[in-house]
Amino acid sequence: MRLVVIGHGPTGHRLVTALRDRDAAGAWRVTVVGEESRPAYDRVALTSHLTEGADLAYPAHGEEVDLVTGDPAVSVDRAARTVRTRSGREFGYDALVLATGSAPFVPPVEGRDLPGVFAYRTIDDLEAIRAHCADLTMSRREAEAIRGAVIGGGLLGLEAARALQGLGVAAHVVEVAPWLMPRQLDEGGGAMLRRHIEGLGLNVLAGTPMKALEAGEDGRVARVALADGTSLDAGVVVFSAGIRPRDELARGCGLPVGERGGIVVDGTCRTEDPAIYAVGECALVGGQVYGLVAPCFSMAEVVADRLLARASGGWASGTSAPAEDVDENADVDAGSGAVFAGADLSTKLKLMGVDVASFGDPFAGAGDGALDVTYTDPVAGIYKKLVVSDDARTLIGGVLVGDAAAYPTLRAYVGAELPGSPEQALFGGTEAAGGDLPGATVICSCNNVSADTIRCAIRDEGLTDLGEVKGCTRAGTTCGSCAPLVKKILDAELTAAGIEVSRALCEHFDHSRAELFDIVRVRGITTFTRLIEEHGRGRGCDICKPVVASILASLGHGHILEGEQAALQDTNDHFLANLQKNGTYSVVPRVPGGEITPERLIVIGEVAREFGLYTKVTGAQRIDLFGARVEQLPLIWKRLVDAGFESGHAYGKALRTVKSCVGSTWCRYGVQDSVAMAIRLELRYRGLRAPHKLKSAVSGCARECAEAQSKDFGVIATEKGWNLYVGGNGGMRPRHADLFATDLDDEALVRTIDRFLMFYIRTADRLQRTAGWLEGLDGGLEYLREVVVDDRLGICAELDAAMERHVAAYSDEWRDTLDDPGKLARFVSFVNAPGTPDPSIAFEPERDQIKPVLIAGSRLEVAAR
Amino acid sequence: MTLSPDATITRTPSAARWHDVCAYADLTPERGACAFVEGTQVALFRTHDGALHAVANLDPFSGAQVLSRGILGTRDGAPTVASPMYKQVFDLRTGVCLDDPRVALPTFPVRRGAGGDRVEVALAHEQRQ
Repeated sequence: MRLVVIGHGPTGHRLVTALRDRDAAGAWRVTVVGEESRPAYDRVALTSHLTEGADLAYPAHGEEVDLVTGDPAVSVDRAARTVRTRSGREFGYDALVLATGSAPFVPPVEGRDLPGVFAYRTIDDLEAIRAHCADLTMSRREAEAIRGAVIGGGLLGLEAARALQGLGVAAHVVEVAPWLMPRQLDEGGGAMLRRHIEGLGLNVLAGTPMKALEAGEDGRVARVALADGTSLDAGVVVFSAGIRPRDELARGCGLPVGERGGIVVDGTCRTEDPAIYAVGECALVGGQVYGLVAPCFSMAEVVADRLLARASGGWASGTSAPAEDVDENADVDAGSGAVFAGADLSTKLKLMGVDVASFGDPFAGAGDGALDVTYTDPVAGIYKKLVVSDDARTLIGGVLVGDAAAYPTLRAYVGAELPGSPEQALFGGTEAAGGDLPGATVICSCNNVSADTIRCAIRDEGLTDLGEVKGCTRAGTTCGSCAPLVKKILDAELTAAGIEVSRALCEHFDHSRAELFDIVRVRGITTFTRLIEEHGRGRGCDICKPVVASILASLGHGHILEGEQAALQDTNDHFLANLQKNGTYSVVPRVPGGEITPERLIVIGEVAREFGLYTKVTGAQRIDLFGARVEQLPLIWKRLVDAGFESGHAYGKALRTVKSCVGSTWCRYGVQDSVAMAIRLELRYRGLRAPHKLKSAVSGCARECAEAQSKDFGVIATEKGWNLYVGGNGGMRPRHADLFATDLDDEALVRTIDRFLMFYIRTADRLQRTAGWLEGLDGGLEYLREVVVDDRLGICAELDAAMERHVAAYSDEWRDTLDDPGKLARFVSFVNAPGTPDPSIAFEPERDQIKPVLIAGSRLEVAAR
Repeated sequence: MTLSPDATITRTPSAARWHDVCAYADLTPERGACAFVEGTQVALFRTHDGALHAVANLDPFSGAQVLSRGILGTRDGAPTVASPMYKQVFDLRTGVCLDDPRVALPTFPVRRGAGGDRVEVALAHEQRQ
């Protein structure tokens, strides 16, 4: 049977994916007709495409799906059951799904067609805005800021404003309603959000309708005229004043549409024509058009289910049903009970670093028998409101701004009785839940996964970690906001099943790394021998020895190759270099902040040439020299140390680099001296041993050229000081850093980072980066803030002192090694033939440099570990 | 078969010739060193209890001559070395890879020389290159 899907946005993509996943027999031949020139992508993340260059593409469908892009459908012939595209192609169908989405609503004001006026919906829109802003930047006079305006202060409008800011545009947000995000937030929440947004340098005009757009001398848009007679300068204007369903195809073939647009469908998402469905933002279901991704995905799932029921509903698969049969048999999909039962419009998002959430019905009032419980903390920028039934027991809805940690739990309780008082719920008292959530509670609203579904999957499939649960149930795989709750359900299930999640480091210690750290610190232990004799068993292994080595180093117990510590080090730390696949090592001198003089660059070049090393610039603004044999390392480092270089600790679980952009010294846009700050931080934390490597960066303005938000700790300059981000990660599991503190002066910034790092070093697990540590930290970012900013645990003085000790005790590991014949003794090829180079090491040329040749004996396949 | 460290030493083939490779004090406790004996790279280890072990330096999983740079330890009481490359763990007494028992390293007879302050290694005939 032939299925044609018109529209390849997120909803169309979801429908096809859901159908293909479950249509094992291949009953449906699917053709997708898309208007945009590219296949479906994650429209929700549009802004991050611009600000972070995120790749938004969804996974491609398999070969059994025919995808037509850049050729929109222009008509549907319901009698002949065909779809015609603009280029004249025709596709026959047995079932048709309209997933045409919506178009941005642009109010009919004067000047709406001027150059420089845009909508904000597609990657093409984004590219056009970017090109226009680049053009404005090129043609502007002096260093005056480019100004812009976003019409509409809803969710998308604020995203668009962030995108403009990312392009260096000083943006106004013009909202006709009296507060921001009027569809999701109440007045108090909107007002608190406004404080945050304005604190980030955006100008908000709420309750102010616009009148017209006016052109400048060059014919492009230059001003926004407001209804109150004033006007705003704006060289770029973006409309995000709501959406209108794309229902023109339905109108063209006579299907009923709503008064204000939208293709009329029933609860199964079927139109009046039983062969045609509509899903997503183009559909009018129960009198409502849904603009959020979660309900749109639910509709896609319902229709996928219905289509599968059709396929098994009596027609032989692969043969077309004559049209008249279908008309006689209007309930061909009734084999499926799937219906779209309205949607949970709860949302949680991070707008420019501000957590905003709305759930249930936040607008229910006294007339509906509801009570409000609100909490406002203007200093911390937190607003929380719960709407509860008049007996204060049942949760109806709520709004959270500035701190949405309680969102997953609260959303799960909507419509149910709260386990405690509303006050407890507001302050996270229900956080411990997980085991006791009602079974039917929807935990993941993006993918419509209930608590019971998750529990069954855990029990039936024997799942033991969060990744498995996500993979099996899809819970937490879209927006991720419910992941902590899913983890809690998992933990509760495992505990109930009597499965204890062991925290033991390895067979030699029953303790976790954090526990060992405290034992070593509190008991003043300085050797591995004493630690394992008193608190462990056996003689250690390649897991616990480097952990203890790192703990001893973090606590400042001397050179890492001193005495017994030498035997604990991994080969990289043991030779103060990075082992490569052929048994040679690479060498990375420290280049603080990435700033380097021509003289030092020449030294690196000369050393590389003299020792015949392969040279590559790293991603962290330094230079890596490959192919050094062990006995060459001291000779290479003698040259480097004499020229003023220090160890770059590329081999250690330690601070690597603090990357920087050139900042206000050279850059036209820089607002602070990011290079000086990066050097200061790198010199402060160099040599600091941690549970895993530490990376950092400092950007001189919001353009973020140093990519600070992908670092363990990242710093971005503001007009007033520095914003600190923590817990970012690149690599295998990328994570965007969380905004931790804003507008810090130099000293406050350094103090906050000191404490953050020391707290991480004390409490993280073995090989746990700050990203995973922060995600697993009970209480999350807010708790971290309480510990390092508010000193809730009363340990800040201790953390500060520990960092001061580190700074005072720092000494270059390579210089110290060169000065100590005992430490140098290890750098020999053979203990009985120190002058003989390892004959198994060989190189061959490639692109004018060397590459290793493995000539030693046979190689076994390495199992994935 | 379980072998004590002493038993390893007594497996000396009659045809072996002992090579003096270094002073016992040259070996750092719980660390390895590499000796070049008749063209073969031998990884020597001095464990915590003072015992000596010798296995091939060639890591069969990576093909690189690196085992002498691994971390020493114990697993269920057996003395072990972990490859610094991909971290497979080997029993120093038998050479058997404890993570993949189909793989075993060649082992070599090793002893302290007559005065007790030197270390000697022997190669079986077939191990000479």
